[in-house]
Amino acid sequence: MGLFDFLTQRNKNTASTAKNRLQILIQQERSLRNAPDYLPVLQRELLEVIRKYINVDADAVKVDLHKDGDSELLDISVALPEKPATAANG
Amino acid sequence: MAEIIVVTSGKGGVGKTTSSASLACGLAKAGKKTAVIDFDVGLRNLDLIMGCERRVVYDFVNVVNGEASLKQALIKDKRFDNLHVLAASQTRDKDALTKEGVEKVLKDLADEGFDFIVCDSPAGIEKGAFLAMYFADRAVVVVNPEVSSVRDSDRILGLLASKTQKAEKGERVKEHLLLTRYSPKRVEAGDMLSIADVQEILGLEVVGVIPESPEVLQSSNAGVPVILDEVSPAGQAYTDAVARILGEDRPMRFTTVEKKGFFSKMFGG
Repeated sequence: MGLFDFLTQRNKNTASTAKNRLQILIQQERSLRNAPDYLPVLQRELLEVIRKYINVDADAVKVDLHKDGDSELLDISVALPEKPATAANG
Repeated sequence: MAEIIVVTSGKGGVGKTTSSASLACGLAKAGKKTAVIDFDVGLRNLDLIMGCERRVVYDFVNVVNGEASLKQALIKDKRFDNLHVLAASQTRDKDALTKEGVEKVLKDLADEGFDFIVCDSPAGIEKGAFLAMYFADRAVVVVNPEVSSVRDSDRILGLLASKTQKAEKGERVKEHLLLTRYSPKRVEAGDMLSIADVQEILGLEVVGVIPESPEVLQSSNAGVPVILDEVSPAGQAYTDAVARILGEDRPMRFTTVEKKGFFSKMFGG
């Protein structure tokens, strides 16, 4: 071991990196886990409807169900393209 | 009333079978009539860790199919009269176990007066793992202080809260974390998640912390559950975990780096 190795090792706390990564990932996975089965279908159908009028990306529609005590909030957000797109034919 | 404890983890190789064997031995040693069942159909291993591999005649699937009685299939442990092992089948396909079949075996064990039934779950989240946890009153989730094991444990905790009989009835399976292969030295060096880290991430307290120690491998080599090695840190840590499961309050041991004295530094200890 070199004389100055301790200097570089100081910055290498990989455990805290692991903890941060896990906290973000698990929070995300838990919110998906508790979501009702119909959410992915709802998301796809909404996307199809919106695409009749606006050319949005496949991941433009986000559907989340939030629980706040006894009440539930269905949060639907649609990211519109930067330039106003022309409506799709049909 | 028999209490059913599932030992599960999601991830493989974290110490489910080692823990099942030691917890079952510890419960029996504490005077509880205990059965330990291997749910890993096709990959039987609990018999080997318990040291009764040469005495398996009938297995779990034989009992479920009515080819053998429960009495015939239960292997009595040579060390404890009140400890019995039910081996997994080695040859049958994984669909051999059914919910109804498992329920009947568990009910028959309860009728036989067993206090504890320890279910050693297979890895994964397939049918075997599902059946091992379905009837559980209590779950011991075995976790290593390592990213993939922690993530899979959270997945398993989600299943325990939704796919068990208790969950379907609107009740909860009592959940515990059992942290295994813990190295205080590596935690101190910042290379390993600490007990507090794992508890915080999973939102659950640990019921035991088993230090990484050479005796675990030595015990499985010998077919003697490590809890019976009363001088080893791992054995003592399992004994503490059993006491906590039985409701005793015990401080955690072997979770900090031992400060070596002059003599052990000089002569190794």
